[in-house]
Amino acid sequence: MAEAAIVIGEGRKSFFMDKVKEILPEGGNLNLCYTCGTCAAGCPASGLEGMDPRLFLRMAAMGMDEEVTTTPWVWMCSMCQRCSYACPMNINIPQLVYYARQAWPRDKRPKGIIGSCDQALRTEGNSAMGASSEDFEFVVGDVLEEVRESQPGQENLTAPVNKHGAMYFLNQNSREPVTEPDEMVPLWKILNHVGADWTYGTLGWAAENYCMFAADDEAWERIVRNKVKAVEDLGCKYWLNTE
Amino acid sequence: MQDPCQLVRKTYGDPVAEDLRFVVKAVVGEENFIDMHPNKSNNYCCGGGGGFLQSGFPEARRAYGALKNKQIVDTGATYCIAPCHNCHSQIHDLSHHFGANYQVTHLWTLICLSMGMLGENEREYLGDDLREVGL
Repeated sequence: MAEAAIVIGEGRKSFFMDKVKEILPEGGNLNLCYTCGTCAAGCPASGLEGMDPRLFLRMAAMGMDEEVTTTPWVWMCSMCQRCSYACPMNINIPQLVYYARQAWPRDKRPKGIIGSCDQALRTEGNSAMGASSEDFEFVVGDVLEEVRESQPGQENLTAPVNKHGAMYFLNQNSREPVTEPDEMVPLWKILNHVGADWTYGTLGWAAENYCMFAADDEAWERIVRNKVKAVEDLGCKYWLNTE
Repeated sequence: MQDPCQLVRKTYGDPVAEDLRFVVKAVVGEENFIDMHPNKSNNYCCGGGGGFLQSGFPEARRAYGALKNKQIVDTGATYCIAPCHNCHSQIHDLSHHFGANYQVTHLWTLICLSMGMLGENEREYLGDDLREVGL
């Protein structure tokens, strides 16, 4: 037996999806869905909070703005783009999720994400863990010295900081210098072994950008611009981000 | 090996996934590499991205990751290489949480191990079988 149809209140109109369609190229193809379900079938978030990508899009299309802009499911979707990649109509569901995140008042968004974003904004290195550039530079130097002294064959290992004119500017996730500094070393060795001319910087050194996950456009742009400035100030040709 | 969504599907596509396999096979030996399915651009996200690790929904995050954990367990491999920071944190947690006990390593660890330049303190993510190799 089929279940009774869900009746949507009369005169209800989608404002949220219309707004998103205006922002996206080709309107994100958001009105092209023919409900095949390929998105939901390949989405690991299907079923969480009783939601899946197809359902989310249908609800947005039906103007269920209240549900779409308040479901915590948008924080359980990693915006991995598996759905839009597999979609025969190339519908940009992840971007719809992003704007649904943005519909949340900033102070209601997940504290862990907002807190990491705010920490990054407070430090010149943009570290989401709040590590200072001074500490970062100290830890790099300290670990380097120990490796050079204790590991035969690594006497000439380098880990430059603020080296002007280096070819590559390398970002470093805060987790290593803060919690497991020895994990930075293998990457240094590889770069050294292949003769790469690289450097860390004290400005914009941290690789992570939680402001993007927070859907805070102004903040994530500020962070990206600070990192670009760091690369340009040192005159580096390439920016390497290990995220 | 986990194909990171950010690197593969969202940025450089299947060619970089092929490059990753070239490196991994050169490092561990072709006969020791086994792919998950689906993979490359069709790979499932592990659930570590998009801020999920910091969003305060650990149960949902692990429910999401159950599919990834099963994919890895189904290969029978004892190591999963995670060449992305978020993937590494998430899959490491999945292995522990589901009691699957495969090791989760960064790619840089295995590159240095294969080249005989992995230091004693750089082996946190290796299992007992490889921890002493080449020291």
